[in-house]
Amino acid sequence: MKIEILGTGCAKCKTLYENTKKALEDSGKIAEVVKVEDIPSIMKYGVMSTPALVIDGQVKFSGKTASASEIAGMLP
Amino acid sequence: MLKSFADWFVFTIIGLASGSRSGEALNFFIYDTIKIFLLLTTIIFVVAIIRTSFPPEKTKRMLSHKREYVGNVLAALLGIVTPFCSCSAVPLFIGFVESGVPLGVTFSFLISSPMVNEVALIMLWGLFGWKIALIYISTGLLVAIVAGIIIGKLKMEKYVQDYVWEMQVGNAEIVQQTFREKLIYARDYTLELLKKIWPYVVVGVGLGAFIHGYVPADFLVRWAGRDNPFAVPVAVALGVPLYSNAAGVIPIVHALMEKGMAIGTVLAFMMAVTALSLPEAIILKNVLKNRLLFTFFGIVAVAIICVGYLFNAIL
Repeated sequence: MKIEILGTGCAKCKTLYENTKKALEDSGKIAEVVKVEDIPSIMKYGVMSTPALVIDGQVKFSGKTASASEIAGMLP
Repeated sequence: MLKSFADWFVFTIIGLASGSRSGEALNFFIYDTIKIFLLLTTIIFVVAIIRTSFPPEKTKRMLSHKREYVGNVLAALLGIVTPFCSCSAVPLFIGFVESGVPLGVTFSFLISSPMVNEVALIMLWGLFGWKIALIYISTGLLVAIVAGIIIGKLKMEKYVQDYVWEMQVGNAEIVQQTFREKLIYARDYTLELLKKIWPYVVVGVGLGAFIHGYVPADFLVRWAGRDNPFAVPVAVALGVPLYSNAAGVIPIVHALMEKGMAIGTVLAFMMAVTALSLPEAIILKNVLKNRLLFTFFGIVAVAIICVGYLFNAIL
């Protein structure tokens, strides 16, 4: 599984990154978590508000952050 | 009810004399702080729920390939309900122009979105009354529409950074949220925003209360009254570095108005605080060449100054 955190380095992007890490820890699932910070890669997903969470190439949400338990619920 | 609570607390519990400077200042502070926080909490929550139905991806589709005029009006209106944060200005701008939203229409959105925001409106409504809040919304929309139309007419597409036009933009599907998810989002958003702005509100209302109680009534008439032609442009210039502090600035300005600052000058100052921001300009520099950036700032500044003179003349 590959999880991408899209965002140009705002405070909320960091929160989302940390909550994602925690969601993986809590659920015991293994995934590669990548921060995507360059605009062309963010735009490829058509995301216009950051941060956004992408799991295996699919945009789960954008323009907000989420708690570790919410993210855990989205993991396949 | 709030008024009698503030009176009771200050004059009975603390025991300051009604009509004394310290008593009046503290009374003003308590009344305004409670009123503003009640308004802020309710309205930010309601606005956040409305916003979940207008993600930027949807706004973009509604504006794509719209003609000027109609497009500018629609963009300015959507600016009120689409969530916007200057940290997302770059992906938003690229997403808009890449999907065929005309440049002028994009600017109408970019101007209206931060200027006609819920925090500024609540503060204006709570302190100045609904008439001033309504004047602020309608002139704010007008500034966004007119400035966007002018930028569109100037045909400045070549002053957008070249890489923007070559970028590949995907089409994200709009993720549907359940009502429960919307409520959670709105709750988190409200708490987060309150956490961010409460110190500014308290300091702003505090300074406002001090001015209210201690500064002589006609103190500002000479400098910021309607007869000083320089007051409006100076107020606009002072507003630029105060970005994002609408919550703290409005209570101070409210007190200054009592001391003789003219209403047009007040409006122009507040529009400059919300619409002309240095951090946003620096972020937009990533997608705009200098010429377009300065044109954008210049046109908005001139439009705001016109609003100031207009209301100083008619109200």
